[in-house]
Amino acid sequence: MSITYLEAIREAQARALAEDPRVYIYGQDVGAFGGAFKATKNLALEYPGRVIDAPISEDAIVGSAIGAAIEGMRPIIEMQFADFSTVAFNQIVNNAATLYWRTETKCPIVVRLPSGGTPGGGPFHSQCLEGLYATYPGLIVMTPATVEDAYSMLLEAVQIDDPVIFCEHKYLYYHLKAEALPTEAMPTGKARIARAGRDATVVTYSAMVHESLAMADELALEGIEVEVVDLRSIKPLDTDTVLASVARTGRMLAVGEAWPWGGVTAEIVARVACEGYNLLDAAPMRLNAKDTPVPFHPNLWGTHRPTARTIARAVRELLRR
Amino acid sequence: MTRERFLTAYRWMLLARISEEKYASLYRAGKIYGGVFLGKGQEAVSVATAMTLRKGDIYGPLIRDQAGRLAFGESLLDATRTYLGSRHGPMRGRDGNVHRGKPREGCMAMISHLGAMISVVSGALMARRARGETGNIGAVSLGEGGTSTGAFHEAVNQAAVEKLPLLIVVTNNQFAYSTPTTRQFACRNLVDRAIGYGIEGHLLERGNNLNEALEVIGRAGDRARAGHGPQLVVASILRLGGHGEHDDGHYVPDEMKMAKAGADCMKLAEHEILAEGLATPQEMEQWRASALLQVEEAVAAAQREPAPDPDTEAWQALSTPHLTDGYERSPV
Repeated sequence: MSITYLEAIREAQARALAEDPRVYIYGQDVGAFGGAFKATKNLALEYPGRVIDAPISEDAIVGSAIGAAIEGMRPIIEMQFADFSTVAFNQIVNNAATLYWRTETKCPIVVRLPSGGTPGGGPFHSQCLEGLYATYPGLIVMTPATVEDAYSMLLEAVQIDDPVIFCEHKYLYYHLKAEALPTEAMPTGKARIARAGRDATVVTYSAMVHESLAMADELALEGIEVEVVDLRSIKPLDTDTVLASVARTGRMLAVGEAWPWGGVTAEIVARVACEGYNLLDAAPMRLNAKDTPVPFHPNLWGTHRPTARTIARAVRELLRR
Repeated sequence: MTRERFLTAYRWMLLARISEEKYASLYRAGKIYGGVFLGKGQEAVSVATAMTLRKGDIYGPLIRDQAGRLAFGESLLDATRTYLGSRHGPMRGRDGNVHRGKPREGCMAMISHLGAMISVVSGALMARRARGETGNIGAVSLGEGGTSTGAFHEAVNQAAVEKLPLLIVVTNNQFAYSTPTTRQFACRNLVDRAIGYGIEGHLLERGNNLNEALEVIGRAGDRARAGHGPQLVVASILRLGGHGEHDDGHYVPDEMKMAKAGADCMKLAEHEILAEGLATPQEMEQWRASALLQVEEAVAAAQREPAPDPDTEAWQALSTPHLTDGYERSPV
């Protein structure tokens, strides 16, 4: 028996619905159809009236989730694609994210963002918006890279009393499998050493964890041992674990699938430079997607985002510095 | 229309008008941070909206709803505290003035982005329904300018699809800041939009007439409560002032101010009270004096209260402190 990343998300939602009567799921095509990616397959049947189809109205979807949360519910919102959440951007960053601070009213909503590129996804079905949301105070931004984290972090997200942006990676939906659902979980806010190594640290998250692990396997054949840090959540960002790793290796590359201007990798480099300057043996590096919209054709897409090959190239350069 | 209901509404309007005149004068004296936006001329619509609501209902007021907020149950002291930046006000200095609210008590705290609060009220109603709680309705308030937003369209359509007991009161005060209706929408009347959404529409042609406001908005609220789905009320009035106290409204043509539609709802209500013998001039003078006293007391109390203190402020946006990122170090 094995379970995919996508199935883990479905199972986490099923468990949340089963255990907490305050939970409901609201989004486009999530009901009888089971969601564009089948992340809510059969849930409408199993939990009648609690898995609700929404009109194509991302702003109103999130707005209503805020109102329901004020009334004590725990809505899980499925954005059909992370890219479409920009239509709900105002409700997320100005309404949900400010509510507790302004009024001491808790806003426990989870907004699931099917994120990141897949071959053929193109400019409007491929975006990585985690950095954008992390900029705003009042939001928690989760970026699970494993089946176990997809399951346990989503369950934790539902229990958190603040708005959570849950960035699940579409490329991992079917590619990533685990033997079983986890029985214990690391807490959110704690990064994980996905692979230990002494020569350089690669700090990354979400699908780029797997490109980085593939890169580390490849470089290990040449005797280069790369440590890979999986951030798990980018807000909060576990600066201590990153610095501890850099203290061991002296070299740091931050890798992200999002665009290069600002964002998560820039934040990591900034923190390491400010807090760990003396730990560094060489200038830190960043690797991101190219500064263009995400291309449609697989040939272009495969070059637009970082891959094991381009990350390996960056690490080699880092080691030459 | 009972005499008592009319007079209750009038007295909320009076308290709203007198308190806002006080805020305006404090603003001119430099005692208020941020903007002051008055409901002057819209009190009848505002109070009629709130008076359709009962305990347990949900209210989403906007910037010109001092009368409605007071009638819904907000204390004058809380309103005044927010304007005067008291630490004890509902927003504690973190947000100001018209943004105030107590969401857990059913009074939503508006954000500045127009149309955004409609779906929030809808979500609260969806939560009630999910729990099997019936009998309550929600009411949201906005101006004609707010109907041009995507948020308005999404939310009204959503409420229609969900058949929610929602009262949407659009006050067309002829100007969105400085923009006249000819640059805002092209339909004959905004109430016609109800047809497109598949909801019931109600036209309140004389929004400055308290009797008609109570009747039309009250009827719409009753329809919502009786299970007939969302109700759109479009009230027509003239904004009696600028957009805010920083704006003299010089762009409002004199012809509009002189027209019947430009008449002040307070004066019309007072005229009706006297003409119909609903109260004596002495009673009315007492009410005014009592409202003035309440306002003076609220201002005096709020002015004695401490301002927010940056040193004791929590500087915490999350309700779960252990998940705070906590990285805000800057060079010393």
